[in-house]
Formats: sequence, C-alpha cells, structure tokens
Amino acid sequence: MSRQTLAQQGEWRRRPIIQDPRLRWGLVLAALVYLLLALSTIDVNWARVTEGASRGLNFLAAFTQPDFVSRRGDIIDGILESLTMTLTSTVIGVALAIPVGLGAARNISPWPVYYLCRGIITVSRTFQEIIIAILFVVMFGFGPLAGMITLAFATIGFMAKLLAEDIEDLDWRQVESIRATGASWWQTMNHAVQPQVMPRLIGLSVYRLDINFRESAVIGIVGAGGIGATLNTSISRYEYDTSAAILLTIIAIVLLCEYSSSHVRRWTQ
Amino acid sequence: MPVSTTTQGTPIWRLRTPRAQWLGYLAWLAGTCLFLLCWKLISDNTMWVFVEDAGRQGGDLISRMMPPEWSYAHMLWKPMWDTINIATLGTVLGIAMAFPVAFLAARNTTPHPLVRSVALVIIVASRSINSLIWAMLLVTILGPGVLAGIIAISLRSIGFVGKLLYEAIEEIHPTPVEAISATGASRLQVMNYGVLPQVIPAFAGISIYRWDINIRESTVLGLVGAGGIGLQLNASINSLAWNQVSVIFLMIFVTVLASEWISARVRHAVT
Repeated sequence: MSRQTLAQQGEWRRRPIIQDPRLRWGLVLAALVYLLLALSTIDVNWARVTEGASRGLNFLAAFTQPDFVSRRGDIIDGILESLTMTLTSTVIGVALAIPVGLGAARNISPWPVYYLCRGIITVSRTFQEIIIAILFVVMFGFGPLAGMITLAFATIGFMAKLLAEDIEDLDWRQVESIRATGASWWQTMNHAVQPQVMPRLIGLSVYRLDINFRESAVIGIVGAGGIGATLNTSISRYEYDTSAAILLTIIAIVLLCEYSSSHVRRWTQ
Repeated sequence: MPVSTTTQGTPIWRLRTPRAQWLGYLAWLAGTCLFLLCWKLISDNTMWVFVEDAGRQGGDLISRMMPPEWSYAHMLWKPMWDTINIATLGTVLGIAMAFPVAFLAARNTTPHPLVRSVALVIIVASRSINSLIWAMLLVTILGPGVLAGIIAISLRSIGFVGKLLYEAIEEIHPTPVEAISATGASRLQVMNYGVLPQVIPAFAGISIYRWDINIRESTVLGLVGAGGIGLQLNASINSLAWNQVSVIFLMIFVTVLASEWISARVRHAVT
C-alpha cells in the first residue's frame, strides 16, 4: 500500500531516504549480490580457528595481568625511541608542510606550483606509512632515522592538505588590506595569512603528534625503529602478557596526548 | 595592551609585555633543546655509513623498479578484490558494532553515566591501536587469511566511527526529541523518530569516509599475513622483485585515488 493511501486512513510512515523505489530496491539488490560474492570468497579454516580460540582467551587473560617487568628494558627503550621519533618527525614534517601547504592553496599560488604541491600531497597521502617505511628502510638502513623520515613524509601530506584548505577559505579582506599598504609577499604572508591559520595549525600539529605516536608503534614491524619491533616479537613469541603491557602503555600515552591536545586546542581558540 | 615609555617619556606600544616576551623565548629555547636531544638519541642509533649511501641506494631501487613488469598485473586482480572486500566488509562490521557504542557514549542518549564511560573506553582502546597491530594479533589467533583482516579493520573502525558519531549525536537539536517524547513515545521510538533522522546524514558521511581510509589500510594488512594485496607485496619485496613491486604500488595508487574520489562524491551528496 502506498504512503498516500495509508495516510488517508490516518496512518503515517516516514519518507524513505531514496525517493525512487526502483533505485532504492536496485541498490538493496546490488548490496545483497555484492555481500554474497564477497562472503563467498572468504574461506575460513574452522579447525585453525578453534585451535586459535584458546590462544585468543590467553590473550584476553593477559590483559588482566600484564607483565611490565620481565621485558622492562626493551619496553622502555622502545617507547623512548617511539617518542623521540614522534617529536622530531612532527617538528620536521610541520616545518616542511608549511611551504607545501602555501603552494597547494589555489588562491595564493601560481598554477605550476599548485600542481607540484598537490602532487606531493597526493603521493604522501595515498601510501600507508608502512609502505613508505619499507622503502626508506631500504634506503637509509634499519633504525629510527628511517622511521622518522617516514613519519615526517606522512606528516607533510596530512598537514599540507589541511593547511591548504584552511588558507583557501581565509578572509580575503585582511589580505587585501595588508596588500593595500604596499606590503611585500613575505609581509602579506606574515601579517595577513599567518594570524588567520595559526590556531588551526597549532591544533593540527598537536593532533598529528598523536597520530605519529600511534603510527610509530607500527612501522617498527618493518624495521624502522620504535616500540613496534618489540611488540611484533612479543606477539610472535606468544608472550601475550608482555604484548598486553605494551598495548596498555600505548593506550595510556595516546590518552594522555588526547587529553593534553584538547587543552592546547582550547587554549589556542 | 602593554605600553612602555621611551627615554623621552613618550609612550610606545608593544605587542607583548617584556615578561611575556621572555617567557616566549624561554619556551622556544626549551623546545629547541628537547628537539636536539631527541635528534641526538636518533642519531646515536643510526648507522651513518648507510645514510651516506642513501642516494645511491634510492637510485638503484628506482632503476630496479623500472620498467614495471606489466604481465604481473593479471595475477593481482584476485588479491585486489580481496583487499576491497576486506575494507568493505570490515567497514560494515565495524559500523554495526560502532552504532550501538556511539549511542551509549553520547551524553544525551546514554542510559547511565557508568555505561557511557565503558563505551568511551572501548572507543579509545580501539582508536589507539592501529589496524596492523589488530591484524598481527588476529593472525596468531584465527590463522592467516582474509577473515583476520576483516575483523582487524572492523575493530579499528569502531573507535573512529563511534567517536565521530557520538559527537554528532551530542550536537543534535533537542526540539524534535522533545516533540516525539511529548507524544508519549517509548525510549526506542524517541531514538528512531527523534534522534536517528538527525544523525543519518552525518552517519553516512562518516561511514564512507572510514571506508576510504580502510581501503588504504587494508592494502598493507597482508604484510602481517591478513590477506589482500599486501601478501603479494610482501612476497615480491622478500624475493627482491622490485619491478613487480612497482606494479603493485601503481595498482594501490589507482585504487586509493578511486576510493577517495567516490568517498568525496558521496560525502558531498549527503551533507
């Protein structure tokens, strides 16, 4: 029964999100077909899963009694290395992202520079940190330097994109008024653009610091330094109590970062 | 505004008081020292001999990647399909779990503050752990394969979707909710007719955005054995077949760009 006839009988139904019934049911059908196709490609080895289930329970149990002590040295070294990588890569990445971000803002940069900077941003954003880390480990050798360069590279794409978007919607009247005083390009940037984007830039940098820490926990898997290597080793040796300790430390540091970053953002606005 | 006087006694304006100025300098000094200290730690752990060599190594890498081995591409369709499935099914599963968590975590829809804090802990724990770490754990538990990847992606998505969705729920207009409850509607009916219609556009936008991120993340899950194109990538890197690696990179690049384009179009349409 259609909604109109129902409404005449005093019954109300809400309007569907997609008005055209053919399109609506077509989309539902397409989704179902896709789900069937996709689910059929998953082959699960149930024997392996039941075997692993006890390991899963062990892992959950490990969270109730994490072992911080027996691998304390490794955990502290890994976390310190992750933190140093996080800090240096964020500083370097933000410093490099500012010129790229200025270049990628359509309203203040010429076309060739715009396309170059957009290209850098796209490449940096498309590839996961870990893929870039593999390449940099090959180039720079194992260790935190490769990790730091990876994170700095990823930071460039993230910060420059958001900075460019911010510059693109800035209040153009302020730029015009500074230009009207006869200011040079540098002076325009410094007195008209920078004050408008600064609060957002600080907020984003703190946010990126947080992301970089989380990422630094992974890129160790491919040998780029940080806590990831320790975590990877502990998981593959089934020392779940140590892995639980590392994961809890990561969660605690991320929480601390998030708490302080919300303070910093409130202070800048 | 700080105003100080010159030696002639005429007042002049300055941006900051001397005290604030000095504090600023001090903060910069402390920051620089911290940065240099970190840099020193990294530099101590680096073999600089390898770094001096980096340019040559990079050039060597590029020369080995060129020309890409195009005939390898037809081996990649199945892994790519797996990757897209991991991302899509993972997102669907993640959304299904994040939806109730978000309603429990939002201040205006939660049944009890205690439930709210539990929901917030779930969101934070899921957000702080990268999907690759989830995948590592799940591979040891479930065995290598697509299933571990799907669950890893979904566990990571709970936190992201849950956080953005509960913020959207907290920002809804209270008037429709009050109007619906004034008709004597039950709690579930209030959710269904008062809250849900207001958050659906945000929800669709968040979900498709997460799907786009998940496509990107699922390309690397294979590195730890959780299925998808990452498995091929790992195999090619381990056998030093860099001309296959470049084909894989190109494929990932195109897929990610396409998913980003789709996600941007959909988000533009719903908001």
